[in-house]
Amino acid sequence: MLGSGPFARACLWGYALLVLAFLVLPILVILPLSFSAGAFLHFPLPGLSLRWYARLLEHEPWRISLLNSLIAGTIATVLATVLGTLAAVGLARARFPGRSLVMALVLAPMIVPTVILATGAYFFYRPLGLTGNLLGLAVAHTVLGAPFVVVTVSATLGALDPALVRAAQSLGAPPWLAFRKVTLPIIAPGVVSGALFAFVTSFDEVVVALFLTGPAQRTLPRQMFDGIREEINPEILAAATILVVLAVALLVTAELLRRRSARLRGIAP
Amino acid sequence: MRAPRPPNRPPRCLATAAVDLRRALERAERRRALGGFALALPLVAFLFVFFLLPIVGMLAKSVDNHELASVMPKSAELLRTWRGVGPPPEEIVAVFARELKEAYLRREVAVVAQRLNREQAGWRNLILGTARRLPDTAEGGWLATLVRLDPAWGEPAIWAGLRRAAQPWTDIFLLAAVDLARDERDAIRPVPPEQAIYLDILARTFWISALVTLLCLVLGYPLAYLLASLPERWANPLLIVVLLPFWTSLLVRIAAWIVLLQREGVINDFLVRIGVLEEPVALVFNRTGVLVAMTHVLLPFMVLPLYSVMRGIPLSLTRAALSLGATPWVAFRRVYLPLSMPGVAAGSLLVFILALGYYITPALVGGAADQMISYFVAFFTLHTANWGMAAALASLLLVVTLLLYWLYARLVGIERLRLG
Repeated sequence: MLGSGPFARACLWGYALLVLAFLVLPILVILPLSFSAGAFLHFPLPGLSLRWYARLLEHEPWRISLLNSLIAGTIATVLATVLGTLAAVGLARARFPGRSLVMALVLAPMIVPTVILATGAYFFYRPLGLTGNLLGLAVAHTVLGAPFVVVTVSATLGALDPALVRAAQSLGAPPWLAFRKVTLPIIAPGVVSGALFAFVTSFDEVVVALFLTGPAQRTLPRQMFDGIREEINPEILAAATILVVLAVALLVTAELLRRRSARLRGIAP
Repeated sequence: MRAPRPPNRPPRCLATAAVDLRRALERAERRRALGGFALALPLVAFLFVFFLLPIVGMLAKSVDNHELASVMPKSAELLRTWRGVGPPPEEIVAVFARELKEAYLRREVAVVAQRLNREQAGWRNLILGTARRLPDTAEGGWLATLVRLDPAWGEPAIWAGLRRAAQPWTDIFLLAAVDLARDERDAIRPVPPEQAIYLDILARTFWISALVTLLCLVLGYPLAYLLASLPERWANPLLIVVLLPFWTSLLVRIAAWIVLLQREGVINDFLVRIGVLEEPVALVFNRTGVLVAMTHVLLPFMVLPLYSVMRGIPLSLTRAALSLGATPWVAFRRVYLPLSMPGVAAGSLLVFILALGYYITPALVGGAADQMISYFVAFFTLHTANWGMAAALASLLLVVTLLLYWLYARLVGIERLRLG
């Protein structure tokens, strides 16, 4: 087959490594710049310092926007995880009429351009009292995050052996107990990684934030958006570096969860 | 779920027992289905209220036409049913003039002026100027008075515009979104070339999305192919590398590309230093920047579906082709490539759909000529409050997206939609 000869294989590896470098290097390049002692974004660095991180901590708008992002993200994550997990369990349980339509609706927020949700929310969250506060933002972020929870939980549910639940029920466990003692521990990795997805979705969302929030509800992505628009300085790169570290931590967590779930289901690690 | 309860009485014969059992089973299944729906209901209800209704309401704004009727109700009623070309009969003009003056005194005339300006640029001033200078009594009839204030009132165009503004709903925004307008006889015609911008924007949106999809395919296919041919313990760490940008904030990635690509940026620095370039070139805030950054952001969405399809292609099939004398290239083209097409379709459709709605990336790394349709939706909503136009463009974008979503569901299956 193509790429099986040693030369072809080397070419394939070379190309693939270039593509991987294209994916990762741009993100890695900003890390050293954020530790620069100077104000310009050049290599070689004039020296190393933590001054931009110190500025980040002193600067009031960054602190407020981080807090706002954490609040909106937490509300959105809790809502999306509860609603999404229930829906995934329900959708996996039985084929009811209109199931595929429900599925299409539940997954639609992943596909429909965010600017459409944002415009709709701009006009119609106002009468509900959901503009100019963090709750409205959290509600819109729940809409965006819930499909991820449904997808990850459905994936773990699909691999759940129904005989386990039936065994629990035949031994006299009522449905809720069987869910709590059998289903939930097995799907827990899916639930947690869905929750991580939902949190990241909210924590990184800027379009709805541009439409729904005023200066008092400025979120971290919005703060970065304005910063990038004006001029990129090492301060923004310091914020970006913190976000990259966070992303790596979340990614590793999600991967460990995936392996744990595979092990629990009896698939090789 | 509880097992169906056995019938109290012993069955009279096997046939009735079978019927009882089937009924019990059906009952249990129905209860199960109902339970499943009940669990999905909270999310469905949530999405209905906070996702579906706002979008439907927003779509309705694209045909909303309430301004004239709410400020000048009697004129709107008369104009709505009036048929004819040129200035309407004197009694309609008289009602119009009276209501215009009243609206001016109530300080509500700006709403009407704004609405008419959507019909034709310049009519805002016509309405405002006329309303301000309108006398209390007409000498020689109201129409003559209006024409004396501004000769435009003698033309058929403004009256046809007012009639359109008097209708219960309007199609001017939807027509304008595809560079069409109505003339004084209400016939649909293309707008003058210097005003025709939206088809251009639409074509640009499609073109950028198509290019990004192609770039993702060219970069992603060989990578996924290699990953799928590796043992899992090698493939998994490399897949994490593919996923890393996916988990990293979009704004971080955009910032990174600006730092790399700008005129004083890392790449220009490097190329000038090693002598490839005489002087720095513009790599960002133009089409190049948009294509590079969007490809970077969307590449994982191409690699992951490709990889999952390619993992499922048995190696024995290409081996069989090779053992039957096919060259490696023929074995790839005739056996492997067709088998990997579901992955190509899934990845390409997904990347294309997502690219169509992009707003933040082009806004930050593109120039004025690289903005896509979402940008204009946001622009009209947030900056000019031209909500009809924003809603019309959003409707257009939504229809295209939903058509492609439907195609995705048919070709790939909705259950396989995963963004990560």
